[in-house]
Amino acid sequence: MKKLMLGNEATARGLYEAGCRVVSSYPGTPSTEITEYAAKYDEIYCEWAPNEKVALEVAFGASLAGARAACCMKHVGLNVAADPLFTMSYTGVNGGLVICVADDPGMHSSQNEQDSRHYAEAAKLPMLEPSDSREAKEFAKIAFELSEKYDTPVLLRTCTRIAHSQCSVELEERLDTPIKEYVKNPQKYIMAPANAIKRHPVVEERHKTLSAYAETCPLNRAEYSSENSLGIITSGTCYDYVKEVFGESVSVLKIGLVNPLPTKLILEFASRVERLVVIEELDPYIENYCKSLGLKVDGKNIFPICGEFSQRIIASALSKDTSEFVAINPVPVRPPVMCAGCPHRGLFYVLAKKKLTVLGDIGCYTLGSAAPLNAIDSVLCMGASVSGIHGFNKALGEKSENKTVAVIGDSTFMHSGMTGLANIAYNGTNSTVIIVDNSITGMTGHQQNPTTGYNIKGDPATKIDLEALCRALGINRVRVVDPYDLKATEAAVTEEISVNEPSVIISRRPCALLKYVKAKPSLTVDNEKCRSCKMCMKIGCPAISMKDGKARIDATLCVGCEVCKQLCSFNAIVGGDE
Amino acid sequence: MKTTNIMIVGVGGQGSLLASKLLGNLLEDEGYDVKVSEVHGMSQRGGSVVTYVRFGEKVYSPIIDKGEADFIVAFEKIEAARYASYLKVGGKIIVNTQEIDPMPVITGAAEYPHNALESLSSLGLSIDAIDALTPATEAGSPKAVNIVLMGRLSKYMDIPEEKWTAAIQKSVAPKFVDMNLRAFALGRK
Repeated sequence: MKKLMLGNEATARGLYEAGCRVVSSYPGTPSTEITEYAAKYDEIYCEWAPNEKVALEVAFGASLAGARAACCMKHVGLNVAADPLFTMSYTGVNGGLVICVADDPGMHSSQNEQDSRHYAEAAKLPMLEPSDSREAKEFAKIAFELSEKYDTPVLLRTCTRIAHSQCSVELEERLDTPIKEYVKNPQKYIMAPANAIKRHPVVEERHKTLSAYAETCPLNRAEYSSENSLGIITSGTCYDYVKEVFGESVSVLKIGLVNPLPTKLILEFASRVERLVVIEELDPYIENYCKSLGLKVDGKNIFPICGEFSQRIIASALSKDTSEFVAINPVPVRPPVMCAGCPHRGLFYVLAKKKLTVLGDIGCYTLGSAAPLNAIDSVLCMGASVSGIHGFNKALGEKSENKTVAVIGDSTFMHSGMTGLANIAYNGTNSTVIIVDNSITGMTGHQQNPTTGYNIKGDPATKIDLEALCRALGINRVRVVDPYDLKATEAAVTEEISVNEPSVIISRRPCALLKYVKAKPSLTVDNEKCRSCKMCMKIGCPAISMKDGKARIDATLCVGCEVCKQLCSFNAIVGGDE
Repeated sequence: MKTTNIMIVGVGGQGSLLASKLLGNLLEDEGYDVKVSEVHGMSQRGGSVVTYVRFGEKVYSPIIDKGEADFIVAFEKIEAARYASYLKVGGKIIVNTQEIDPMPVITGAAEYPHNALESLSSLGLSIDAIDALTPATEAGSPKAVNIVLMGRLSKYMDIPEEKWTAAIQKSVAPKFVDMNLRAFALGRK
């Protein structure tokens, strides 16, 4: 049976068919749907862990116990999981262990454009890179075989264009892979120096063995053309662009195993073509390897390092004709915005009004940085708001403590905000941390987390009490406000930034897009009363616009949150609780 | 045979993913090699969204580049203009005449280009502009704009109507099938 599948769905199918039993992940675009689709198979236990490090360690534990296990994350998630990753290379596995990592060239929804192939090289782990959904499924299965055969975790790298593109995939049966026996083996699994010293040479030996395997690995494939003037080495989605442009007219070395790279195969390929070109998105990873072999090669001298590729980029760099097109004058940009009724809006209005310095974090609420609110000063990585405000306040002391806050979401706080908060309490700054608790992991498309009370399947789970958690971390002042209530929110912020001790404000209101959140009737504008002062425009609600000089509320978007109503001095916004 | 390229562009929340799912199911059932590419995440928050659908005998790239689209189905006027340079010479833009203000227009930093479609026509681009919101509402929901536009697209494609309706039945939740079939019929009229 064939099915049109997203790369992520196909990857999940590959995990299923390979007999994978445990998947632990943290959501992150573009990797999220792998775990969501895996959770649809009853044979696989799936969970959302608090962060990628925990997730990878859970997968390691399952592998240690003898089951095939996987962990999925976006590229920056691998930074969080890098600690167990590097040492897992030393321990190896019992049951097969596959780590799916999705890069985001072009930064469709990421804070950087890092190239995760460097992790494979640095941690000395094999990495596979499929070029479409069909290969994503196939490679996921092969990854488990390699993992067990060579006693190593295996990285499966995709990118946005693989993860979120669909093509036809042939479905197969699930393999019967029994749980392997767990045998206590301290020399292999206790990575204290005495053992690790003995394991490092094992890693180096394995890398040599894998390098030899790379030469004959069926995932690396030379496609020779009758016309051998141009030879292209490529991998992943770039292979598809190359074939789109050149068809069978050039020779192509398609690399499916990107670490370790096949030395002899590359040398052989290079010897049979007149001009060698490496086409790869992001860093010159394969190119540098070719250069280390003494080969003359074109790569980043003619292709960009930044951003996604396309057939046009490849065609123009190699002097092929490109399609004509009509140039169009620029039109207004349409950036993503906080939804109508988003609970974050009221809070950011208050922070902007008070002109506070705001250390932000990763989530929907990063959109508080956009016009017209412009309410955020910095965004770095998951958890950095809470750690960062402590450093900011240590540097400036009283000058900043009463005009600076950190803002972090519920899921991000559980991911890596807790440790920063413990540091604030322990090392003492009068920092104010605002946890925007919308009862879901929002930006990645509504995943449950430890504070929501539900697990990945939507079944009830232990709900972590944020107030109790913050108190346990040493914060005495913890209070909850409703961000739909601007007065109460402003009062809470004003008070907490002025006190001489650390404090936490939980700005709590479920995401307006959650199914159980019922929209209230749309508000309307009384044109007689509207004085066109545009106060209601200051919150950047997509439901409000100015039409013929008066504010107008789009009834199809408005959910009746009444934040705008509280800003109108002329009672021109009507409806809701009068 | 040559590959046919269809772009679906609109505003996050307008249902472009359902439209591409419908096309994917339809074209796969017709026996074509199909690739569909979409971008999730940030773009869902009311941002500009673009989906590529390509089909033919053998399709490699999942994306469509400038000057390559046979059809651009635009759910909103500004979005039609934003991606018009992706149209192939001789291609067709099917556009919903609805105007949805982007944030720079809402904040007053930019003006809505009300004459966007006239500008495109004056550049020689072939435009089929329809008000999809009215028939969608008539069919039962303003959200059915996506299926009304698929109905319009179907007029230009050499695939029998019953195949389209079968693909709709396969692509939408059972309780919305009738409404979407009405929307499709109104768009195809």
